[in-house]
Amino acid sequence: MPWVDIALVVLILSCLRLLGGSRLVACISTVALQGVLLGFVPLALHGVTVFSGVALAALTVAVKALLLPWFLRRAIREASILREVQPIVSLNLSLLFGLGALAFSGWAAARLPLPPGAPSLGAPTALFMVLVGLFLVVARSKALTQVIGFLVVENGIFLFGALFAHDTPWLVEIAVLLDVLVGVFVMGIALFHINRAFDSIDSRRLHELHDLVLDAPSANEGTP
Amino acid sequence: MIMALVLTPAIAAALALVLPGGARRVLFPLTAAVHAALTTFACLSTPAAAFGGWLGLDDLGTLFLAVTSGIFLAVSVYAAGYLEREVPGPRSDALGSGVFSNARDAIFVACMLAFLSMMTLVTLSQHFAVLWAAIEGTTLASAPLIYFHRHRRSLEATWKYLLICSVGIAIALLGTFFLAVAGQLGASGEQVMDLTSLLEAAPGLNTPWLKGAFLLMLVGYGTKMGLAPMHTWLPDAHSEAPSAVSAILSGALLNCAFLGILRARQILEAAGEAAFSGHLLVVFGLLSMVLAAFLILGQPDFKRLLAYSSVEHMGILAVGVGLGGAAAAGSMLHLVNHSLVKAMLFLVAGNTLAVYRTRTIREVRGVMVRTPVTGALWIVGLFAVVGSPPFGTFLSELLVLRGALHTGGVLVSVLFLGALAVAFVGLSGAVLRMVQGLPPGGYVGMREPEPWLSTMPPLALAALALLLGLWIPGPLRHIVVQAARAVGGGGF
Repeated sequence: MPWVDIALVVLILSCLRLLGGSRLVACISTVALQGVLLGFVPLALHGVTVFSGVALAALTVAVKALLLPWFLRRAIREASILREVQPIVSLNLSLLFGLGALAFSGWAAARLPLPPGAPSLGAPTALFMVLVGLFLVVARSKALTQVIGFLVVENGIFLFGALFAHDTPWLVEIAVLLDVLVGVFVMGIALFHINRAFDSIDSRRLHELHDLVLDAPSANEGTP
Repeated sequence: MIMALVLTPAIAAALALVLPGGARRVLFPLTAAVHAALTTFACLSTPAAAFGGWLGLDDLGTLFLAVTSGIFLAVSVYAAGYLEREVPGPRSDALGSGVFSNARDAIFVACMLAFLSMMTLVTLSQHFAVLWAAIEGTTLASAPLIYFHRHRRSLEATWKYLLICSVGIAIALLGTFFLAVAGQLGASGEQVMDLTSLLEAAPGLNTPWLKGAFLLMLVGYGTKMGLAPMHTWLPDAHSEAPSAVSAILSGALLNCAFLGILRARQILEAAGEAAFSGHLLVVFGLLSMVLAAFLILGQPDFKRLLAYSSVEHMGILAVGVGLGGAAAAGSMLHLVNHSLVKAMLFLVAGNTLAVYRTRTIREVRGVMVRTPVTGALWIVGLFAVVGSPPFGTFLSELLVLRGALHTGGVLVSVLFLGALAVAFVGLSGAVLRMVQGLPPGGYVGMREPEPWLSTMPPLALAALALLLGLWIPGPLRHIVVQAARAVGGGGF
């Protein structure tokens, strides 16, 4: 049991590091670390009893700690992305948000009855990870950082599932992993295209679509 | 039978990647026709559940499957003609993003068929995790379709679509896990995620977790359904995707996301929490209607206009189900009507876009003169989409309105009617302006060719929308009422 709590505390710290970190590669490593912990948590909680549990843990680590971080690092290299996150909200303010989110998660989770046998730190940690992920999606300008944010949201939900919904059939968990994997790959492909089309993966450059102002040039310009 | 419905389009999608161009264009509508035939057969004979009871066809699923398959068949015929006409190679973008070229035909057809397979899986899911995976699958299969025209704007729309919907659907997964916890803390002490067991265990489920589950699933699947304020991806994706894709997005995909919410609603209904879920649905629905109505007003782009109209109609669906009773049946009927009408309108918009090379409403004049069939279809579509008699939308909106007057109270009714009125003004002003008048310089008296592949599908959809206003066939009435009963409504 204490091992689970230690893992959860490390997960919380890793989120704070994501909020305060300025180097992209370090952020990717942090997400990889979360992947390792997510593979470890169910094993620590239920013990090494069945083969499917171990296989699932191995698969989680393979996807979340090896495959996806490798893919993101490759994206940085191939698209020669600048190695720094470009925060819309400053790093200090982000950390402040993190503390607020942590307090809120603790408060919100305390309002729900806890299932027997689940670690008391579990629900707040999962909720905190989801909030931090959502924050990273909106408060960082690079498309790659938004993918990292999405991964953190997914990690938080995966943690919740691993801690509380342990009767989930393994087929379902594999489907969840597969969906995330394919999702990030499709996002990665879009990322390559964004980089080519805009010479940048700054999502603030994606601003042509909006309402009410449509400054289209003359109508019959295109080849009919 | 159940597996055949999912696998036929999936196998055809794989085939589309290897077959040569000509065969592929035949394969596409052919698969849609086979799927429609299988669907008809499945709706008439109750097929046995497959995959350990995780996949099956219940009353609610039947309605959604029939709509999805029907809309897809019409659009596939249209898309076959569309692919024929699209010029390969680079060309300049009429809206000023420089030169672009399309993605390969093979990718378009394969993604469309994979998309159909995933939507079919959504309608057949009897297990919340399968439902979730299938809805996420629809996002992944449709993202390349939105990026079919490879220019900056479609890329931006694709990115927003992928990111917003993926995050939204992830939240729905959290809701699904909440449901499992509600079971564990409930009377039975067991974690179940399949629909049948959950419906049985519903009265004993733990209430706080169950309410949390519904809220998360409403927000998550609501993002994909286009409920305000999570609708922001919708107008971009609908306006940048090729029109055939927009028609599927509006006519089938939004319904599939709605099904996700309805499944959760089924559980809450069985657990005796119908009021809680109903209030939330009415609030989100009215917000969508009001917001969309004002964005329709003064909208300069006709595809975005139709997209916001979809947001508004999704609001009507949510309000109807939230009110319950006959309004829920009205909502189910409206789902059929809206899919027919909106798919038809997007196809018609595609025809106009192909002739005028612009999406700006004020640059389009005299559609009736240049392309009479398309012009007439615009008028028919306008009357249908604003819910005027004799179209089916009139009856279904009336049913929802009656529910609002009976059970919703004054405020709900006023907001509902107000939003409908504002949308009516916005839509009719824009569409009538486009259809009437003379085409901009040099086109006076000139008629453009209108290939039957691009006019027949919307014509067929319009005819069906009209038919449903005059007479509802017995089997459809039965399915609609049964579907409404499943989500806590009644007959009409």
